[in-house]
Amino acid sequence: MNKTKKIEAFFFVLRDLCAIGIALLISLILIFAVSQDGWGAFRLFLFGPLQTVSRMGYIVEKMIPLMFTGVGVCLMVRCGQMNMGSEGAFYLGGVACAAAAIKIALPAGIHPLVCMLAAGVVGALACGVTAVLHTKFHALTIVTSLMMNYICLYLGQYFINHPLWDSMSGYQASFKYAQTALLPKLFSRTNIHAGLFAAVAVVILGHILLEKSTFGYRIKMVGTNLHFARYSGINVTATIIICELIGGFLAGFGGAVEQLGMYKRFEYSGLSGHGFDGVMIAVIAGNNPKYIPLAALFLAYVRVGAEAMARMSDVPPELVSIVQSVVIMLVVAEKFLAGWKHRVIAKQSMKDLALTEVK
Amino acid sequence: MESVLGYIFSTEFIIAILRMSTPLILCSMGVLLVRNSGVVCIAFESMMLAAALGGVLGSAYSRSLLVGLLCGIALSVLFAMLFGFFVLVLKANNMLVSLALNTLGSGGTVFILFAFTGDRGSSTSIQSLQFPTVNIPVIQDIPILGNILSGHNILTYVALVSVPVVYLILMKSPLGLRIRAVGENKNAAESLGTSAMKTQFVALFIAGIFAGLAGMYMSMAYVSAFTQDMIAGRGFIAIAAQNLGGFMPIPTLIWSLVFGASNAIANAFQAINMPPEFLQMFPYFSTVLGLMLVGMSINQQEKKKAAEIEEKSKLADACEGNG
Repeated sequence: MNKTKKIEAFFFVLRDLCAIGIALLISLILIFAVSQDGWGAFRLFLFGPLQTVSRMGYIVEKMIPLMFTGVGVCLMVRCGQMNMGSEGAFYLGGVACAAAAIKIALPAGIHPLVCMLAAGVVGALACGVTAVLHTKFHALTIVTSLMMNYICLYLGQYFINHPLWDSMSGYQASFKYAQTALLPKLFSRTNIHAGLFAAVAVVILGHILLEKSTFGYRIKMVGTNLHFARYSGINVTATIIICELIGGFLAGFGGAVEQLGMYKRFEYSGLSGHGFDGVMIAVIAGNNPKYIPLAALFLAYVRVGAEAMARMSDVPPELVSIVQSVVIMLVVAEKFLAGWKHRVIAKQSMKDLALTEVK
Repeated sequence: MESVLGYIFSTEFIIAILRMSTPLILCSMGVLLVRNSGVVCIAFESMMLAAALGGVLGSAYSRSLLVGLLCGIALSVLFAMLFGFFVLVLKANNMLVSLALNTLGSGGTVFILFAFTGDRGSSTSIQSLQFPTVNIPVIQDIPILGNILSGHNILTYVALVSVPVVYLILMKSPLGLRIRAVGENKNAAESLGTSAMKTQFVALFIAGIFAGLAGMYMSMAYVSAFTQDMIAGRGFIAIAAQNLGGFMPIPTLIWSLVFGASNAIANAFQAINMPPEFLQMFPYFSTVLGLMLVGMSINQQEKKKAAEIEEKSKLADACEGNG
């Protein structure tokens, strides 16, 4: 039994690596198709992120918000809910944080906390609406959550373009955040900020919640078999709603951390994509919070590589979304490498069987 | 406010509804076929986007509307087949594959647009063709009615015709029977010799054509160029329309028209001083509201049914008591 589990874990990693390998191969072909200097561009894409200290710092900066949305999506997916609302929650959380960072005056220690809390609550509400619509009104989670993303976007844009708009900025951006609200930088040559600690804490707490707590067990039970969970006396509706509230809270919280750590004012012109990226890294991590940092590292690395390539060669950065989608599709394809895995497991069982017979 | 009301009761408003509903109707008919075959696919957003780009590039480089049409449909069907391959053959999670395809559509179209035109935002630098508007002789001369019935884009007529066509396919053709049988009970259908996978692939193929027409309407009729992420959630709204309309073409058509109308109303309110963000939000908001209202009515029906069953069982108990 244990050996079978080991083989399954091995194939989980192998499938991720194969998917990434195939995606890189496809990107190589695409780069050569559009670029004058294919090798140069591909080298930048692959090794660019390691060439300067600021780019290496950039990887970590990009990982921080992804870890929030990634863990949030893990929780929701483990509960059986395909809630894509992290995207809107992240955005609207950022707007709520901006409002708190601009309009409220507080001392330095507490101000960021208040901003993050406000953002978290708003994010939780954004995902909570979807949860309530699903559990009470049978609405398809994925459709409502995608609609909610647009609602969050335009609601947020209203606040940024009207009450919070700084007409002196010259473009659609909010007033500058109060100095007291900003998160301190950790290293001098990069923009890595104190949000890193919060991100690591979220990953650890997410792991404990899901794997070590009774509520986590309840979440997984609802996710694997809703009816069984209901007959065992678990309040399925409450579990789903709470789970999605937590997922939304984390996304909103992440939006605030991103705003206070990386920006001086709110200047997103549309949805930022962090929520969808969260879904992607949750898929790569097998919906396991403890693998989220690794998956986030991969995505951040590819992003930084693509941006370096876009800046210094003639390949557009949208290459990343092609890599991303190929990786997701191969990772979730159950039959991909399944035959091989099956053969290895069968062989192992035969060996075990032979051993017990000899004894 | 008066101007808004005046607009709502004018023929322009009906024309606007048809204009806004066309992509929703076309796409939701595709969704309907796929849904009837028992597959939940939400990759229609990417199919429409791919077709929108394919149509523009195909028509711009060949100077032929037919080639553009075929290019658009080919790209859209390609996405549908990719979905089918991963979900039906490789047994991948349908939601995640849809999400991945939508990401691929959003980024891939920009990538291809850049490769062809050197521009990432829109295709205005190349001259693409448009689908023509159709004036129906005789009918166009009737006052008021002529304005409403005649002078629409050809794809609007195609959309309206697609509803009875899908109805006939689903309800009157052997293919439709197979699609519904597979959707109802895959194993039962297979035991009678129908290949579920093949049927689902056929449904996806036809849906790809519908989604392709919907996508090309956006870039070759509604506006005259391809822009980044121009579908703006219409693929999802079409799914919501099918979701609300159940498994039948006519209710799905009605919900598509409702969502088209909410789009048109949002435009009407531009006249009064309403923040544009709220107007842009309105179609999505009305979709969520629609989902909620239908859910409420389902709840009511279930309650009624439960009450009836209880009544009956009470009656049965009483009878037993007497006997």
